[in-house]
Amino acid sequence: MNGFQIKNSVSTAFAVLTLCLIIPGVFFCADRADAQNTVPERLAQAILNLADPDGEVVETAVFALGESGDPAVLPILETLRERSLYLWLKPDGVRTVVIGRELINQGDISGYRVQEPYGGAPMKNKEGQPLFLPEAQLESIRLSRRLRIKITPMLDRLRLFSADAAIRESAATKVGLSGDPEALPMLDKALNQEKDRWVRFSLTEAIGLIQLTDPDPAIRKQAAETLGKIHAMDAIPTLEARIKTPDGGEAEENDIAVKAAIQDTIQKISAWQVWARTVETIFSGISLSSILLLVALGLAITFGLMGVINMAHGELMMLGAYTTYIMQEFFVAYLPPGLKELYFFLAIPLAFCIAALFGLVLEKSIIRKLYGRPMETLLATWGISLILQQGVRQIFGAANVDVASPSWLSGGLRLAVGIQLPYNRLFIILLSVIAVASVYLLVLRSPIGLKIRAVTQNREMSACMGIATERVDAWTFALGAGLAGMAGAALTLIGNVGPDLGQNYIVDSFLVVVTGGVGKLAGTVGAAFGIGGLNKLFEPGLGAIYAKVAILLLVILFLQKRPSGLFPAKGRHIDS
Amino acid sequence: MSDKKKDDMSQKIEEKQPKGIGRRSFLKGSATAAFGLAASGLVGGLGFPGIGRGDTGKGPIKIGILHSLSGTMAISEVSLRDVVLMAVEEINAKGGVMGRKLEPVVVDPASNWDLFAEKAKELLLKEKVAVTFGCWTSVSRKSVLPVYEKNNGLLFYPVQYEGEECSRNVFYTGAAVNQQAVPAVEYLMSKDGGSYKKFYLLGTDYVYPRTTNKILRAMLLAKGVPEKDIQEEYTPFHHQDYQTIVQKVKAFSRGGGACVISTINGDSNVPFYKEFSNQGLTSGDVPIMAFSVAEDELRGMDTSALVGHLAAWNYYQSVKTPQNTKFVANFKAYCEKNKLPGGKDRVTDDPIEAAYFGVYLWKQAVEKAKTTDVDAVRKAAYGQEFLAPGGKVKLDERNHHTHKPVLIGEILKNGQFDVIWKSKGLVKPEPWSEYTSPDKGCDWVDHQGTFKKA
Repeated sequence: MNGFQIKNSVSTAFAVLTLCLIIPGVFFCADRADAQNTVPERLAQAILNLADPDGEVVETAVFALGESGDPAVLPILETLRERSLYLWLKPDGVRTVVIGRELINQGDISGYRVQEPYGGAPMKNKEGQPLFLPEAQLESIRLSRRLRIKITPMLDRLRLFSADAAIRESAATKVGLSGDPEALPMLDKALNQEKDRWVRFSLTEAIGLIQLTDPDPAIRKQAAETLGKIHAMDAIPTLEARIKTPDGGEAEENDIAVKAAIQDTIQKISAWQVWARTVETIFSGISLSSILLLVALGLAITFGLMGVINMAHGELMMLGAYTTYIMQEFFVAYLPPGLKELYFFLAIPLAFCIAALFGLVLEKSIIRKLYGRPMETLLATWGISLILQQGVRQIFGAANVDVASPSWLSGGLRLAVGIQLPYNRLFIILLSVIAVASVYLLVLRSPIGLKIRAVTQNREMSACMGIATERVDAWTFALGAGLAGMAGAALTLIGNVGPDLGQNYIVDSFLVVVTGGVGKLAGTVGAAFGIGGLNKLFEPGLGAIYAKVAILLLVILFLQKRPSGLFPAKGRHIDS
Repeated sequence: MSDKKKDDMSQKIEEKQPKGIGRRSFLKGSATAAFGLAASGLVGGLGFPGIGRGDTGKGPIKIGILHSLSGTMAISEVSLRDVVLMAVEEINAKGGVMGRKLEPVVVDPASNWDLFAEKAKELLLKEKVAVTFGCWTSVSRKSVLPVYEKNNGLLFYPVQYEGEECSRNVFYTGAAVNQQAVPAVEYLMSKDGGSYKKFYLLGTDYVYPRTTNKILRAMLLAKGVPEKDIQEEYTPFHHQDYQTIVQKVKAFSRGGGACVISTINGDSNVPFYKEFSNQGLTSGDVPIMAFSVAEDELRGMDTSALVGHLAAWNYYQSVKTPQNTKFVANFKAYCEKNKLPGGKDRVTDDPIEAAYFGVYLWKQAVEKAKTTDVDAVRKAAYGQEFLAPGGKVKLDERNHHTHKPVLIGEILKNGQFDVIWKSKGLVKPEPWSEYTSPDKGCDWVDHQGTFKKA
């Protein structure tokens, strides 16, 4: 009855809003919109009752609104849950319920541009401008968590027709799990007009779940079969409850054919669950491996190729992560909001450059003087790592800093029922593949790489052949440092950015490089996948702690057998 | 106060190497050395604990601050140093304690448990502080405990912890398990909390989560939750990869009614919450109730993945009392004035509040005892009440813990908490849980600390 009205009032309001967005607020106002909008009598009272001090009255009001089936009450219920529904006490004592979504400042006063609760249209003052109410005149309407939880099923039914597919989907699942037969017509209607694959899945699942309690055995059997066909994993507890009772008494389902169908369905879904679990475990393994690979790649060059025991490797990663943070802050401060999520594209190369530059300075000032003295290098780089940590603490504070992942890297890619691969992890896998490929091309397939390998294998001989060994050393170290910086930028996607970010990864990095065989790129890749994969293979059974212990034991045993790692460097090194 | 003890002590002083003294404390040390010497000359015959810590002087009273300013724990502990210094400044501005100014001695145990004990000795024996405010992790507290007990020092410990401790020389101003974890789980089981039936207990692997979960498991079993609906799992410190665990939670929560009880510590939280939301779990389906996530930690987090999840504490910055509004404003102003990192963007949280009112409780006890002598102050402290920022708190008459309210908060977008449930009045602290140690109690008036209930 009011779809048109709402649309109408929204569009006029929008026009007004665009006209006078910039005009400063007036605190003195009448609500012309009130007069225009025809809120059904029953609901108008219910809306006011939401602010009643008596919990019972509030509960009745919430139910009256939720069960009205009127889509225009959706903003009320939603803002009730989010606590952005307010009671406006006008100076003349009249009580009005308004929506205030975002706190803004007008002059010195903070307040809200308020909206009509019913339908959610912006409210206007006498002059037809958006109504601004200072925070002080508003009193937040709050519900107990219990009532807010009760609103959820009502909201879910109204949300089956939301514009956002994700909202429709989660609404469908919840309506289904509630098992309320009264929701069936709405679900059917929603399914008929639904295009999205995953929403259709959830709606089908929901209908199946509700039909499991249908009086007609034929429908029940069919529902069970449908659930099996679509691998509805959320249905298992309900299905099991139909044929089993905890105390071994009479099961709810007494039709033999339906029972058999349910049994069959449970088996089917369980088989699918095993499969989904396998895929997830494999993905976790690959993801962990790619992270290990990314953090170890730089070390594979500085330690692996050059033989520098670089304890500050982790801190170079930290520098990369802080570069990302600075880029984010810079974008937020100086660029239009639409562009701010692009900071990440720029942060990765910049993190590489900053860390590489730092590596260059480090090599020229300290490490250069310590070549061939591994113990002194170890101590010196460890000292540098402590200085860097405390330096960052001095500048940015001891607390972690907040790097928000770009929104296009949150959430996940859904392959099939029950399998969701997070985007941030997919991105890191891609990045590590690109990084390894580039390093491979650079070190093993380019003239520069030839020089690098020549110098690291036999410095004196290379110098005799006219290679500027000092310069090659400096640039090689910078490359390793840069890769660490890039890894640090990528790590902001999954973890914290803090002064001791590097400490969490330094042991893993060395573990990977040593296991792989010092000086071998293929070894680093192999070791990263071995360690990451085995870790994820053990973890479901052993738990996170014993999985780590098992990995360390395996690495020790492995190194007993093959002291120079997975792929030992062949040929004659000058120092061996 | 026997002579034997005195001998022990002087031997200790000689053994101690003067290493690791920062420039600041060194200057302070030398400035007060003359006074210390004079004082010890005066009371020398009275036995050791009186020396310098007694009530004879008219000069400033030294108090120790033992919080990590570097290393992993700096992220949390620096704020506690800041707030204690602020409290000291406030007290000094109003004329000090018994007319004597407070002189804080700040040391940095650098998140190193052994160094904690060493620095505690330095504070007690060299600086001769009247009281120490310090420690965060349980392992650091356990490390200094023997030092305080042997030398009869006094420590105010401001962080929620696992209980099962009852030291004569420590006042616990943070929550015991029955003032945080137990009511939080009872809330989740209640109708108001959402009647959750399945519990995934997830924590970092050390003494606090292990003990807390042991108590929670006993409590859940006592309340009739079947064994199969309780899962318990631990991760190492700094664990970053929560893929497998979130997959397990997902499988555990199929069919609804499940929640996660998190005692995950520090930097593992962001990876955990991020993975949780990226794998498609939401606070509406499976809420996470956390005991170690407070405003100060949320400051450095991308909170988008945390919104809607829950936490249990005894205080939040968002608590609306007049004294809290003032406290929060003062703290921000203090950080800005002293150019501390974060400045006016700093926030307060539960341990910060507990550290703050700890200083005042000690002040009141000293004023009641009219001396800084540890034994006298200890007895005077029993039953002390103070109007803390979050509301009235009270030191128990017997067990050295603090009566506090319990608040459940929901995490908001801005890193603050919305209080959605509050206990009726103050909850009495129980260092020994009724679920795991029903036969034990803690009492320093009629018993000598931990005793067996008849």
